Amino acid sequence: MCTSSADIKKLGQEILQNITDAASELEIEAIRVRALGKKGLISGQLRGLGHMGPEERRVTGRLLNETKGRIAEAIVERRNALKMAALNDRLAGEHVDVTLPARPRSRGTIHPISRVYDEVIEIFADMGFSVAEGPHIEDDFHNFTALNIPPEHPARQEHDTFYFKVREDGSRMVLRTHTSPVQVRVMQTREPPFRVIAPGRVFRCDSDQTHTPMFHQIEGLVIEDGIHLGHLKWVLESFCESFFGIEGIKMRFRPSYFPFTEPSMEVDIGCRFDDNRIRMGEGDDWLETAGAGMVHPNVLEACGLDSYRHQGFAFGMGLDRLAMLKYAISDLRAFFTADLRWLHHYGFSAFDTPTLAQGLS
Amino acid sequence: MKFTLGWLKDHLDTDAGIDDLVHGLIGGGLEVESLTDRRQTLAPFSIAHVRATRRHPNAERLQVCDVETEAGLVQVVCGAANARAGIKAVFAPIGTHIPGTGLNLKKVNIRGVESNGMLCSEREIELSNEHDGIIELADDSPVGTPAAVALGLDDPVFDIAITPNRPDALGVHGIARDLAAKGLGTLKPPTIPKIAAARTSQLNVALETPQACPLFIAWPVCRVKNRPSPVWLQNWLRAVGLRPISALVDITNYMTLTYGRPLHVFDADRLAGETLTVRSAHRGETLDALDGHNYTLKSGMTVIADASGAVGLGGIIGGETSACGPQTVNVVLEVALFDPVRTARTGRLLNIQSDARYRFERGVDPHFAEPAAQIAVNMIVELCGGEPCAPIIAGQPPNISRHYTLRKGRVCELTGLDLPSKREQDILQSLGFEVNETASGLDCVAPSWRPDIHGEADLVEEICRIVGLDAVPSTPIPRVSAVARPVLTLSQRRVRQARQALAARGLDEAVAWSFAPARAAELFGGGEPQLKLINPISAERSDMRPSILATLMAEVRRNMARGLEEVGLFEIGPVYKGDRPEDQTLHASGVRRGMTAPRHWAGDRRGVDAFDAKADALAVLEACGAPVDALQTTAKAPEWFHPGRSGTLCLGPKIPLARFGEIHPRILAELDVNGPLAGFEVMIDSLPQTRAQGKARPPLELCDLMAIKRDFAFILEQSVESGQVVKAARAADRQLISAVSVFDLFEGAQAAAIFGPCKKSLAIEVTLQPRERTLREEDIEAVSRRIIAKVEKATGGKLRC
Repeated sequence: MCTSSADIKKLGQEILQNITDAASELEIEAIRVRALGKKGLISGQLRGLGHMGPEERRVTGRLLNETKGRIAEAIVERRNALKMAALNDRLAGEHVDVTLPARPRSRGTIHPISRVYDEVIEIFADMGFSVAEGPHIEDDFHNFTALNIPPEHPARQEHDTFYFKVREDGSRMVLRTHTSPVQVRVMQTREPPFRVIAPGRVFRCDSDQTHTPMFHQIEGLVIEDGIHLGHLKWVLESFCESFFGIEGIKMRFRPSYFPFTEPSMEVDIGCRFDDNRIRMGEGDDWLETAGAGMVHPNVLEACGLDSYRHQGFAFGMGLDRLAMLKYAISDLRAFFTADLRWLHHYGFSAFDTPTLAQGLS
Repeated sequence: MKFTLGWLKDHLDTDAGIDDLVHGLIGGGLEVESLTDRRQTLAPFSIAHVRATRRHPNAERLQVCDVETEAGLVQVVCGAANARAGIKAVFAPIGTHIPGTGLNLKKVNIRGVESNGMLCSEREIELSNEHDGIIELADDSPVGTPAAVALGLDDPVFDIAITPNRPDALGVHGIARDLAAKGLGTLKPPTIPKIAAARTSQLNVALETPQACPLFIAWPVCRVKNRPSPVWLQNWLRAVGLRPISALVDITNYMTLTYGRPLHVFDADRLAGETLTVRSAHRGETLDALDGHNYTLKSGMTVIADASGAVGLGGIIGGETSACGPQTVNVVLEVALFDPVRTARTGRLLNIQSDARYRFERGVDPHFAEPAAQIAVNMIVELCGGEPCAPIIAGQPPNISRHYTLRKGRVCELTGLDLPSKREQDILQSLGFEVNETASGLDCVAPSWRPDIHGEADLVEEICRIVGLDAVPSTPIPRVSAVARPVLTLSQRRVRQARQALAARGLDEAVAWSFAPARAAELFGGGEPQLKLINPISAERSDMRPSILATLMAEVRRNMARGLEEVGLFEIGPVYKGDRPEDQTLHASGVRRGMTAPRHWAGDRRGVDAFDAKADALAVLEACGAPVDALQTTAKAPEWFHPGRSGTLCLGPKIPLARFGEIHPRILAELDVNGPLAGFEVMIDSLPQTRAQGKARPPLELCDLMAIKRDFAFILEQSVESGQVVKAARAADRQLISAVSVFDLFEGAQAAAIFGPCKKSLAIEVTLQPRERTLREEDIEAVSRRIIAKVEKATGGKLRC
């Protein structure tokens, strides 16, 4: 057993050199066992301290402990270095081509009609309107008679109605030509005051560039004490401003005629026609967007409301048309063809819910 | 309805400019569809004098013309045969846009000869389709006169849309009345001449159907000369798109357009007998009408007949056999009143559109028949000479007198317009109402030309449209609550949630027709007679759809025809089981066709199958708040699904909420769609009408003890459903077993080779969640034994060792 300081230092040097030379974690472990293990070289030397005098033990002990510490430190250091090198080697072999496309994610879309439906509801809900619905297959009373359109009225001819077979009792059902029958159903079943909108499908026997046999309308109805034409103007102005997102949007109200309202008006929005594109909120052209008026006393009476006690307004707009104007979609017919290319181009994300807080477009 | 500014000014004394008139018309409810001012559109065109012409040296059909224009003498090459020295023509200089051809004129060299402009045909300046030669003008037109002036087309033309309630505005006079009421001038009342009868006539009129024709004035005029109308009348008619024919015909058109008063002139010498009878047509009776068609009439149609039969269709069209021509000498003017409803019905049945029908079916002023007859007879005498006889007046105008009270303050209540009563009174009077002020308001008698006035609201509308809607104050409606309340019903919310869930799963939302072809409807459980349209737009849209799938299938096929192989579509919309309101229900349905993913370097894709559709259906149900964990899956589904690869999701045994599966191959073949194709239908209206949970969530119970998982594989008959296995395993210990899932299925020929014919292996993973203490090995053993016993008993299977 060597006990001289020089021997210990030399031993330490040798072991440290071995550590530096070690090429694998396995070798490091062998060195650790040989040097620091229970029967290792340094451990053996430490055991020999018991035979020494106090002064020698102090000096040699310190030297041995320092040496042991350095060796342990060197082992950790070398082991980490070897680990790092091994990892680097492995990673070098794990290279991928990151320019490859990501895995496909199927992206569904929401139809522009549904989108506009939700936008419109968002606006009217804020103004206190609820949403009413009614059947598409209607009887003559709800679609015509109650709306002050008697059988021989010229307006009936203009409606291009789809008819079903005459029943045994002589009556026949029709496909509703407008959403106005929902007005009738609301007035028949609810007590005023109320504010409702009724969006939905309507049907006309007409098909060309700009007409489809099915399209969408939204009906509005307010029956409330003291409600007048000025309120109607404000509601439509507020709606258009919010829907199109154009402050102070230019609007024109023209007297017109509908059997179910009196006085009646048509509502135009200022726009510019430019290379087959319509630009809203600019220019000197006008685009018809809504029909409206005060509910005709005959309609109120037909729905069981006393026209001396109750009054209100109604309006109707084309939902498809609103969608086309807002999102610059040119062909109405494409709305109903489910062409994936069209849906992907004009559709909306499932997660893009229109809210007033976030904005409607 | 078209008219010219000059025509209007014949009835309205006004200094108003065109813009003001347009604004006034629109503001009063007479929508101006267009205003054509030919002085502007024809501005570059002017009158030129063709001085000399000579044959083009290199072209036989062309002539070289020396043309004197306002800018001097120019050389023009012209192809018209009538281009000759001495005539006046319409000249277009270089740089002019020619509306009829859409081209801009350039200086050109035509086969070696320079041409510096153009002599125009009617088609080239869009006057008519005439293109046989160039326009020739009267000799007295000075060179340089604007073409519009020389052609008598310098009168601006208004085209306005008239709503069906306003027959009074189907004549220039009525339009002038509206403008006068709007403060844009003074209405010139019509001059009603007194006609001195020179002689009497033998003619009789018999009214057999006074409901259909309550009044008939026949006014014979003898010894007329039917010459061309004067230039002013021809110009007006031409300007509004009518062809001048002869004075007698032009007068009837003039009366129709000026006073909204259709009338008719018979050639008296071509009428048989001495009696004109107004009666219902005999069945099968025919009429050669002025439009050149022969019509077979039906009983109920009103005809004017002479001894030979029908000579005119009342209120719609006259007959050819009694029509006036250049030789006509003696005439009978007919001014009658025909019932709107019958006129409309007859016109519709025979499909005749005429200016007369248009006005009679909207309502002609019953009190204006006699004045109109006087004006027309006077005009006939003025333009054609002749001697009027005494008129034969049969019947009388119906009593249409109506009066309504406009309550004080009512205009303001309905419109927000606060007007002095005097103003209201003035407006109504200017529109022809007789107005008396009473204690309660204004008592108003409707004028005879306003059949649309039927109550107080109509009076309000009259005042409102004359004052103008711009004056109606835009007024906020009161807010119902400080913060807007939610308004959607449960069903409406479910639609939104289902839509988002399906779009998030990668499906594209379609809006398909509510219609389906009959065969597709039948294949999907529909085709009932009461759901077939009488007048479908096409055979492709003949029935109301019984299922959304019936319409989406066609859209899949069309997309595939566009080369799109992977199609995933859904729709949330109506289906129709009958024609009552409750028969219309709401479905959320969808289809997936092709592979689950596009081709990709990372591989992993397969054909869609029933389980994709099942996942879609479950996603909808979950989004709608249905109790998804409590649903049962049964292997039954409607006949349009593959019988072995489809199922129904039910709430309890009775309430099916959704069905899913592969579409039946027979239907794929019949509708010409290639699979694989799977679909689902969720019956939104069948969902429980309360939400599964309220706002508050149940408390979360977390257990500190670790859950243990154990796997079991069973060898089962092929027919055993995995649902039976899962259910049996769960029942082994409802406290301890928190989840059972199927993680492996081994079936088919290989499985049969190992386990025996018609056998399969199904493996489940059972999760045990201890609540009070850690499980010991013997606890796990015990529950495992129970699981195996339960499953074996329930399925007849054996644990796979």
